[in-house]
Amino acid sequence: MPFKIGIVGVGYAGFDTMTPGLSTRELMFEAASRAYADAGIDPRKDVQSFICCTEDFWEGISITDEYMPDQLGAVLRPLCTVSSDGLVGVATACMHIASGLADVAVVESHSKASDVVNPNEIMSFGFDPVYNRHLDVDPRFLAGLEMTRYLKDSGTKREYCADVAVKNKKNALSNTRGVYGTNLSRETVLASPNAAAPLTELESSKVIDGSIVMVLASAEKAKKLGDHTVWVRGIGWSSDTPVIEDRDLATAAYAEQAAARAYKMADVRAPVSAFDLAEVDDTYSYKELQHLEALKLAAKGKAGRMVDSGSFDRNGKLPVNASGGSLGVGHLLEATGLHRLLEAILQLRGQAGQLQIPGARKAVVQSWRGIPTATGAVAVLGN
Amino acid sequence: MSQKITSYPGHEITPEDLKASKYLEIIQKVEPKYSWAAGVAISRFLNELKEGRLIGRKCDQCERILVPPRMYCERCYRPTDSWVYVKDTGTVNTYSISHVGTDARRLKSPLLVAVVEIDEASPGMGILHTLSEVEPSRVTIGMKVQAVWKPAEERQGAITDIRYFKPFEGV
Repeated sequence: MPFKIGIVGVGYAGFDTMTPGLSTRELMFEAASRAYADAGIDPRKDVQSFICCTEDFWEGISITDEYMPDQLGAVLRPLCTVSSDGLVGVATACMHIASGLADVAVVESHSKASDVVNPNEIMSFGFDPVYNRHLDVDPRFLAGLEMTRYLKDSGTKREYCADVAVKNKKNALSNTRGVYGTNLSRETVLASPNAAAPLTELESSKVIDGSIVMVLASAEKAKKLGDHTVWVRGIGWSSDTPVIEDRDLATAAYAEQAAARAYKMADVRAPVSAFDLAEVDDTYSYKELQHLEALKLAAKGKAGRMVDSGSFDRNGKLPVNASGGSLGVGHLLEATGLHRLLEAILQLRGQAGQLQIPGARKAVVQSWRGIPTATGAVAVLGN
Repeated sequence: MSQKITSYPGHEITPEDLKASKYLEIIQKVEPKYSWAAGVAISRFLNELKEGRLIGRKCDQCERILVPPRMYCERCYRPTDSWVYVKDTGTVNTYSISHVGTDARRLKSPLLVAVVEIDEASPGMGILHTLSEVEPSRVTIGMKVQAVWKPAEERQGAITDIRYFKPFEGV
C-alpha cells in the first residue's frame, strides 16, 4: 500500500531578526494556536503524540523537552523531543502514525537565536573535542572546506554559487516571511567580505527567530480534518560519519541516502521531472548546489550551470527555493527543515501568495542540520 | 545475557595502566551566553516585583488565577484573559531542609526551601522560595507565611526581590 500521511494543519510565528516582546514559550503558543485552528483540532483531546525538535545548547536550558508541554497543549500528554532538525521530527510523527500509536501527531520546532549571545561558541562546541576543536576560528571554516572541494570535484564555476544567493534573496522580496530579501548582483555577492573563503558573507545565511508547528494525521483521520491536506508520500533521513576528515566533503552523501529512501517510498523514479517545486537546504550558497545534485534534481556538476541559466528560477523548469530559502528568509536553526516544509505546503495548498507557482501539485523538501553535522532529511509531498 | 555468547567484549584496566597515564582525559569547557527575552507574562511579573507586588493572570474558562502569570492556560489551551493582583501571603505546600550547598559542602545553617501557595491565587499555584525567621523544626505543611521584601531601592525585578518568606501571624 502506498505510504500516505496527511499534513492537516500548519502554523507559524516570528520570522524576524529579533522577537524581544515574546518569550520562546509565548512564540510557540502563537504558532501552535494557529496550527490547531488551521487543522480544526483541540490539542487537549485530539492529539496522541507531540514531538519537539530542539537542542539544549541553543535553548540555554538542560532537558529542554520538559519545558515544552504547556504552550503546545501537551500537559500530561505523550511528548518527546527529537534532538535534530524538524524534518526528522516529521519522520518521527509519521512513524507514530504509521505504527498506529497515534491518529494525530504534532511537530514543533523553533529558533530563538536572538536569545543566544555567542552562537559561534555553541556551533564550535559541536566539533570533535580532540581533533577539531583546537581551531580558534569561525566554525564556518568547515563550509569553506566543503565549498573548495565541491568546486574542484564538480567543476562548478565559483560564480554560480553567488548566483544561488542572488536568486534566493531576490525570491525572498516577494515572501512576507522574508527578512533578508534584496536585489543584488553576482559581483556584489562575490565582493562581500569573506566568511571562510571561498565562502562570502552574502553567501552565508543569517539566523532569525521563529516557531513552526505542523499537525499530521493518518489518511483516514485526515479526511475529517482541515481543508487543505498535503500528503507525505515518502520520507527518509540519514547521517554520515562525524569524522569530518573521512567524509566526502564534495558531496552531500547524507542527502543522497535520505532522498533515495524517500523516493523509493513515494515511487519517484525520475526525480528530475517528478516535481513542480523543490525547497532544499541553502544554509550556504554552495549547499543548494550540492543538495540539488544529491537529490538528483541536477546531474553531478550541473546544478551551478542550471542556476545560472535560470532553470531553478521561480518561472524556471523547476523552481528551487521560490520562497527565498534560508539565504533570503533567514535561518531557523533546528526549525529550518520545517521552514522548507512550510513553504512547500503553502505552495501545494495554493496559499503562497505572490510566490505561488501555478498548478503546483508535487514537491520535494530537504533539510540539513548545519555545521558541523552531516545529517539530512528528505520528504516527498503531494496534494 | 545469552548463553550463545561465550566471550564477552571487555577491557581490563589495571591501576598500573592509570599510573602510567595509558588512558587520558580530555578537559573541555564551554561558555555559552544567553539573553532571554522574558516575554509578556514574565516581564510584567518582574516589573511588579520591583514595585513590591505579586500579579497573576486569570483564565475565564477554568477560572483559575495563575501565579506566576502565563499568557496561556495550559489546561484549557487558550489565551488567559486578565491581570489580577494577589496577596504576598500564602501557605507552605511542602518544604525541604537542605543541608548541602551547590558545591557539595555542608551548610552551617540549612536552607529552608519551600513551595508557597499564594493567597488569592488558585490552589496549587505558588512560588518556590526560601523560609527564614523560623526554626527548621517549627516548619510545617500548611504553615501561613508572608513575603519579606528587599527595600524598594534594592529591588531589581527578580524573584530575589522577595528575600524570603517568614511565618505570618495575621489573619
